[in-house]
Amino acid sequence: MFVQQLVNGLMLGGAYALVAIGYTLIFGVLNLLHLAHGEVFMVGAYVGLALTLAGVTPWATLGGAMLAAAALGVVVERVAFRPVRARGSHVTPLMTTIAVGLVLQHTVVKIFGAEPVAFPAPFASTALALGPVTLTTLQLLILGTSLGLMALLEAFLRATPMGMAIRATAENPTVAGLMGVNVSMAIVITFAIASALAGAAGVLLAWNFTALSPFFGVKVGLKGLAIMLLGGLGNVTGAMVGGLVIGVVEVLSVAYLASSYRDAFAFAVMILILLVRPTGLLGARLQSG
Amino acid sequence: MLSDHAVSIVIFAGIDVIMALSFFLPASAGQLSAGQGGFMALGAYTSAYLSVHHQTPFPLALAAGGLVGSLVGLAVGFPALRLRGLYLVLVTFGFGEMVRVFFLNVPAFGGPAGFAGIPPATTIWYVLGLLVVLAYFFTRVGGSRMGRAFTALRDDEAAAEAMGVNSTYVKLAAFATGGAIAGLGGGLYAHYTLFIDPEAFGIGRSLFVMLYAVFGGLASFWGSVAGATILSVLPELLRWVKDWREILYGLLVLTMMLVRPQGLLDAALLARLSRGERAAARG
Repeated sequence: MFVQQLVNGLMLGGAYALVAIGYTLIFGVLNLLHLAHGEVFMVGAYVGLALTLAGVTPWATLGGAMLAAAALGVVVERVAFRPVRARGSHVTPLMTTIAVGLVLQHTVVKIFGAEPVAFPAPFASTALALGPVTLTTLQLLILGTSLGLMALLEAFLRATPMGMAIRATAENPTVAGLMGVNVSMAIVITFAIASALAGAAGVLLAWNFTALSPFFGVKVGLKGLAIMLLGGLGNVTGAMVGGLVIGVVEVLSVAYLASSYRDAFAFAVMILILLVRPTGLLGARLQSG
Repeated sequence: MLSDHAVSIVIFAGIDVIMALSFFLPASAGQLSAGQGGFMALGAYTSAYLSVHHQTPFPLALAAGGLVGSLVGLAVGFPALRLRGLYLVLVTFGFGEMVRVFFLNVPAFGGPAGFAGIPPATTIWYVLGLLVVLAYFFTRVGGSRMGRAFTALRDDEAAAEAMGVNSTYVKLAAFATGGAIAGLGGGLYAHYTLFIDPEAFGIGRSLFVMLYAVFGGLASFWGSVAGATILSVLPELLRWVKDWREILYGLLVLTMMLVRPQGLLDAALLARLSRGERAAARG
């Protein structure tokens, strides 16, 4: 029973981690919060829905949602971040991204309606019994995809020139620029990657919950913020670990406590972390503002 | 005189202004709170509970809501002593969500079904009266020792401390007062809508409160007044676009923040306005 809950939690947490990684990548590079990231995630899920309804294969659905979300992320950077970056205020981007989130949310409401819609399963899932644990092939696909994407990201950041440019920009944009890094390009690529991961998470969570609503992004977006804090702002590995931890905690709290508290745990953990260890579990560069 | 619809627009706009001011006060000391919806919820539920279960007179219930808001504000202020900038935004986010989940889970407050049967007590005079008191308070505090300490702390914390500003005391005072104002706003809201549920005070509320104040400009409390008034009346003006309303609203706010990132009323505009006033007084 416990092991089963643990596996369910890891599956949920993997998808959460993908959202949180996006937040933390953007925060790491720009030191700014992207409050429309949850909406990018939600739009990704709806693109997935449209593709599924058009009869596209599950892998193409996932890929299409990622591409669409990446394109959207680049647009958000261009519209809500770049014009106000020079001012160096961290408040203005909060406002511009709230406004962008509002526009995205209500555009989806306009196209798909405000009511939750059913998200068809990608394929007829079969159950596999592994000792005491029962896994469906769909669960395996969700967990495997999120872990695979995280591994790919880790490899990209460590081993490619663009990955190195992004890490250098996160370390210090001015010095990175002086060393010949195209900082603007690194920022655009960061948004594209962060948003593509959010789009993937959208489709994976929609497969998991088999339903979708235009307000789905707010909840998951908030959870992503909490996870980013748990792992340490700007710390990609921290976001991965934090996502899995929050997923497991949430599933266990539903199984052994009242389900209505499930959302409280992420924030209780987040506040505790901020009070006890403001740099997150795995540490982060402390920002003064 | 005013139609019922007009009265409701004025009352909701007034409550939005009160909420924006509750954000502005700590913000003027450099403390950004993304959890004002949480304080509003505390004030709303406290005053509603007193009105319904103890038949407390409205002004007293309202004051109790403000008191709870300020006490919790003090409690939130302590962690805020260690946190700055976006870290503080994030922890106050978390605080707002905790409050929401709390009211969602306590049966005495109705849980997810909400809290109904609140007696109607908020009138346009209560709202306008509180606004006048707040306007007086903010004009008085601006030039006072405390007001200057707020500004000093916002501009440069280390320099303010070196000049003898007790930053711990000032920050806690800022949070407690902001919490009290939001609690009063919540009480007025509850006794006008007559029904409250936790979702009304969620993250959406907190972000809009922040948006009102920043949209108007953080240079003076008049910015919060202008921002909240414009943004809460704007949906009424956009009725003709029907279901494009929210999209257009978002686009307008975005455009405005890009054109005037410092907000509607910045220091330069305020200086020009007050010079104009003085010139008018002389002429």
